Amino acid sequence: MAVYKRSYRSYTGRLTPAWSRFYILTRYALRGLFRSKFLTAVFVMCFFGPLVCAALIYLGHNASVLSLLHARSNQVINVNGKFFLGFLGMQCGLAFFLTAFIGPTTIAPDLANGALPLYFCRPFSRAEYVLGKLCALLYLLSLITWIPGLILFGIESSLSGAAWMWENLSLASGIFFGSLIWILMISLIAMALSAWVKWRIAAGALVLGVMFFLSGFGAAINGVLRSNIGYYINPGALMTRVCAQLFGLDPPIDISAFSAWMGLLVICGICLALLSKKVRAFEVVR
Amino acid sequence: MTPVIELEGLGVRFGSRDILKGLTCSLSGRTIGLLGPNGAGKSTLINTLLGFYKPSSGTARIFGHDIRTDLKQIRSVVGYMPENDSFIANMTAVSFIRLMGELSGLPSEAALERAHESLFYVGLGESRYRKVGTYSLGMKQLAKLAQAIVHGPKLIILDEPTNGLDPPARQRMVRMIKEMRDAHDLHIVLCSHLLRDVEETCEEVLILKEGRIVHYSNLEEERRANKRFVEMEPLGDGAALAAALESMGCECAFSGAQRLKAVLSDGMEIRDIYRLAAERDIQLRRLNFRRDTLEDIFLKAMETNTNGSL
Repeated sequence: MAVYKRSYRSYTGRLTPAWSRFYILTRYALRGLFRSKFLTAVFVMCFFGPLVCAALIYLGHNASVLSLLHARSNQVINVNGKFFLGFLGMQCGLAFFLTAFIGPTTIAPDLANGALPLYFCRPFSRAEYVLGKLCALLYLLSLITWIPGLILFGIESSLSGAAWMWENLSLASGIFFGSLIWILMISLIAMALSAWVKWRIAAGALVLGVMFFLSGFGAAINGVLRSNIGYYINPGALMTRVCAQLFGLDPPIDISAFSAWMGLLVICGICLALLSKKVRAFEVVR
Repeated sequence: MTPVIELEGLGVRFGSRDILKGLTCSLSGRTIGLLGPNGAGKSTLINTLLGFYKPSSGTARIFGHDIRTDLKQIRSVVGYMPENDSFIANMTAVSFIRLMGELSGLPSEAALERAHESLFYVGLGESRYRKVGTYSLGMKQLAKLAQAIVHGPKLIILDEPTNGLDPPARQRMVRMIKEMRDAHDLHIVLCSHLLRDVEETCEEVLILKEGRIVHYSNLEEERRANKRFVEMEPLGDGAALAAALESMGCECAFSGAQRLKAVLSDGMEIRDIYRLAAERDIQLRRLNFRRDTLEDIFLKAMETNTNGSL
């Protein structure tokens, strides 16, 4: 029907499957994020690290370059667990700053503008809403963490041969799971804080503040009490311990891997509880 | 025919406060007005029907779907226009309405087509590429209406749709509601504190007070019943005249010190009123026919003791 007729009519066409509707929010959120030129520029800059690493891996296997430098293959760059842990440390740091910018833009504007009743008066649940917004962040952060990490692993495997790949397959799973846990946790923290303060700029500052505060406070507790308790409130330290286990390296901090996993689970649980409390069509005032 | 809305002892409690108290009724009209003073529980009832609040007792059904178990089915056939500001500020109206259509299950292309149609329908066609955040209050109301109808629902719940609208815009909104009511297989629930809006558009009216139903009125039936309302200003003992009229089967009510309203019983003529007044030495300073307005019904309901059900 042409729009000029301007009359109301009901809809009788086909409907999309209910399980796939969360992805609509992901699509719209990603489209909205890339409208910002600044964010696009920061996002592009996040690929410099992987490009440099890829170039180093290639040069490390290039006979002409090695002969020019009078060096052996593993003297240019040694691709092992430490290399990938360092790479992930750099990329996860960038992912954290990117999350501090983009995380609060996902939920805070909806809450500030009272848009949630419009979402939830449709056949669309709160869980689907959070999942849709979370997927947008996970998609974006995956592009700068585990995806380039696995590409680097693939490049090294293709240059060093299948034997190297089979020998270091645990590194690939470490890259994937280590990155995924980190980006999941920082995404949940950013979403929970933005749902809590409902103001995009304040939420961004709070994400940065909370992480740095917890890290500093944890270090202070360790210093004053001469114990390791402070690590349990420091998400960065917990993540470092978990990654050390995933990459099969010596633990850099003196807490068990199990307690580090539990610590991360508790942080994610708190974020989910906060989201469950705040992401509602109407807040009930008792 | 399945009733549009059925309430069965519906109660909602926030903490220790009972907001809705055992509401029971069945509504089948094409347009249902929800009236009540501030804090009567109108918005809470709407929010409970949409599943935003869980009932503490009883249940409700929309088109036969129970709000406790069939929430997704209910939400797929309902369009909701909230009272407060609700929009996505940094989106154009077309994108906003399209998103809402897609979330209701429409495929992307169909949602876009219907977003354009809905915006033209509500009168925002020319400004559909503007960001919703830049809209005036009246335009935001229209955008909210557009998102409520984009997926072609069977029931539209409008919470204070004429809030913030200037008189021409209000008239346009009322006209659209009437048009939707008359032209399509569609039911409308209109929640408003503006009696005129409800009177102009609704067939049935449910009046709430302190979380209970105090009155139900089928306006359409009342209009059809051709009851004869007479308004008079007696000079003298008005109460005696009222008593005499009531003894002849009339319904009487005073609206002010000397203003008597009466619904004449069958077979009673105007001359009978003059006769009764003359017998009691009462002068009638003014007498005219007037149908009972919704305002009268509302005011009468506000004086009623609450009992929760019809």
